[in-house]
Amino acid sequence: MRPGLGDPVLDSQRIFRGVLDAMSHPGRIVALGGDDAVPGPLHPATEAVCLALVDFETPLWLDPAGRTADVMAHLRFHCGCSIVDEPASARFAVVADPERMPDLDRFDAGTDEYPDRSATIIVQVDMLSAGVGRRLTGPGIESEVRLDAPGLPERFWEGLRANHGRFPRGVDVLLTAGSRLAALPRTAAVEG
Amino acid sequence: MPGTDAARARWMSALAQADPAAVEAAWAGLEARPGYRLLRAPETGLVMVRGRAGGTGAPFNLGEMTVTRCSVELGDGRVGHAYVAGRDPRHAETAAVLDAMLQDPAGRAALETAVVEPLVAAREARQLAARARADATRVEFFTMVRGEE
Repeated sequence: MRPGLGDPVLDSQRIFRGVLDAMSHPGRIVALGGDDAVPGPLHPATEAVCLALVDFETPLWLDPAGRTADVMAHLRFHCGCSIVDEPASARFAVVADPERMPDLDRFDAGTDEYPDRSATIIVQVDMLSAGVGRRLTGPGIESEVRLDAPGLPERFWEGLRANHGRFPRGVDVLLTAGSRLAALPRTAAVEG
Repeated sequence: MPGTDAARARWMSALAQADPAAVEAAWAGLEARPGYRLLRAPETGLVMVRGRAGGTGAPFNLGEMTVTRCSVELGDGRVGHAYVAGRDPRHAETAAVLDAMLQDPAGRAALETAVVEPLVAAREARQLAARARADATRVEFFTMVRGEE
């Protein structure tokens, strides 16, 4: 077992603020900081977001690569969440191996009446770079931003375009690399 | 191991219901106090207590009570938990460390004699005293036989 957040109140507020900043500026890379003592294949930013946002009301899905005994024990203990087997029944999902991740339409996209009742998917990548790569436009982006995240399969970007197309329904994606994070909410349009 | 859960429930309950000063005194009286780290620092919150009328009726919410919880890990990897009544963080932390120590079969018997049994005895004495105080004010209700009608 490992400790969770050093200061549960202030740390989770700081992490929430970071996620809010990233979500309201799609493609912007936000440093979350945090500690390195995280279990197994999780990145520090992934663990931080889980500790701050996941709780007993938000079932969590882990992909096979992230579903280690260490990770499950850590998140169950500190978040108090249930860990579900079906992507469709999860409010939060963690993908440690993007190559083999399920298509985005396998996750809960909410309903037209309640589009907020949808899943947030945390996808771990090796690296995040701004200024190069895919072109993003949409709310929160003044003209355009570019974000590059190597290791994501082409079908992920196709799925993201389809996800944008079914607005207001859809899932929101957080990309994490080390202790950094960038958001691809359903409002962001991806080109190239 | 059969019986371990029941034994653990017994000492966790004794530690949780004990007077915080008594737990602290028992801790201070130990010959060897292990090092530990906090997995979950002591935090105070509300717990809804539910009951059943007569022990078998439909469950109802009796009310909320203040509870402080804490989880620790000893150097050997044993994890101890405590949920204690009230808002004394030190009580929760000490009870969690003692819970972890009591899970070690090697030291359990000595610890139970030194720490748990005195706390159980103190709790029973407290309950007896409360019962005696309440008994002194007992009122018996009778229905008088009414006259012929």
